[in-house]
Amino acid sequence: MSFLRDALLVAGKDLRIERRSRVALQQIIPFGAIVVMLFAFALDSDRTLLHQAAPGLFWAAVLLAVLLAVGRSFSIEEANRARDGLRLSGLDGGSIFLGKAAAVAIELFLLELIVGAAVVVLYDVTVRGVVVLVCTAVAATIGLAATGTVYGVLAGGLRARETLVPLLVLPAVTPVMLGATRSFQAALAGTPGDAWPWVQLLTAFAVLAVTAGTVAFGPLLEEA
Amino acid sequence: MKRLFLALTVVAIGVTVVFALWVTPPRPNQGFDAVRLIYLHVPTAWVAYLAFGVTALASLLWLVPRTRDTAWDLLAGASAEVGVVFTGLTLMLGALWGKPAWGTWWEWDARLTTTAILFFLYLGYLALRRTGATADERGKRCAIAALIAFADVPISYLSVTWWQTLHQQGTVFNADRRVLINGSMAFTLVAAVVSFTMLYGYLVLERFELAQLEEGREARELERAIAERVRAEPPEVVPA
Repeated sequence: MSFLRDALLVAGKDLRIERRSRVALQQIIPFGAIVVMLFAFALDSDRTLLHQAAPGLFWAAVLLAVLLAVGRSFSIEEANRARDGLRLSGLDGGSIFLGKAAAVAIELFLLELIVGAAVVVLYDVTVRGVVVLVCTAVAATIGLAATGTVYGVLAGGLRARETLVPLLVLPAVTPVMLGATRSFQAALAGTPGDAWPWVQLLTAFAVLAVTAGTVAFGPLLEEA
Repeated sequence: MKRLFLALTVVAIGVTVVFALWVTPPRPNQGFDAVRLIYLHVPTAWVAYLAFGVTALASLLWLVPRTRDTAWDLLAGASAEVGVVFTGLTLMLGALWGKPAWGTWWEWDARLTTTAILFFLYLGYLALRRTGATADERGKRCAIAALIAFADVPISYLSVTWWQTLHQQGTVFNADRRVLINGSMAFTLVAAVVSFTMLYGYLVLERFELAQLEEGREARELERAIAERVRAEPPEVVPA
């Protein structure tokens, strides 16, 4: 039980920092929104094309924002050598991982709501199959946050951390990008039945990423 | 011993070249002479998979405390480097063959897409290796990164295959495989795979030895620097 309590403690710490510093709210979420606008410029604000590509563009915007959220999650540990504090706190590595990943996931959920609203308004999308959309978003976001957090600590404290994390994270999360896009497409096309295999894939990915992170985080935090 | 192995490798590659260029027939439905690219494309792909398999195995051996040794980390790095080169070659040769045979450089086929993902996953791994840290620190980070990369490949393959089946049928590789099972073409392909595997072995060995020398040099230089420092400022003798 203390495992989960520790995780909540770490998540609470990260979210409290975000609430006070407002970096997630005032930088990362606007970044997601501007990416959505840039895609519209790239496709020459062609309504039918934007409408068709909306699921993929939505997840591409989320993926880019994940990089910022992960970078932020670990830059707060660099300041004042907070990382050493975390290491000396006696908390289990796995629970620190769960806490940090959960904080990233919660930030991403908020971002997805706002970016999603922007997509609906700007790309002229009619929301359908809400249950599928929510399940997809939950499974995909957990997978993204967990993968991002694993690579965040893997590159933590290294010289080229900021540039290394995107290179490591983006190829690793291609299954999420693909699955979430297909699932959203099926839901928005009014055939939610086609989405479930993708939700299963996303769930399997999330379970694997969370398991790998819980096991590997402790040793990785120790070493750096 | 290494010289002999290199000589054998060169001979094997020579035999492959002769067979691939002059003995095997051109194929009208496979881009005429362009079909000869298959004797490069298939072995490079095989070597790439083999290399990443070796990297994963060496990383695992490093992570297990009983078999932990810096040599495994260096082997993993050497093998991944060769693997990335061969993955890049596979993609390039595939594109060169695809243009005359399929009429397109690139197809969003399951195997092509996952191979491209593989390439980027291991580019990231090599970048991680180069960020500089102590041997132990690097070993741990890289071993875990290699295993994650290796586990990600089947998931990607699965997702890309599903994506394909929902979208279009890309069965080019099946038709391709039927062509290869006969006479001189089959022999050439086997010869190519064997000679490229030997080449892989030689390259990894060279790279591994070089990495060991690099490791040794760092340790030697550190010792020399400490010795110089001690000579310049002898440590104060604390009176008893």
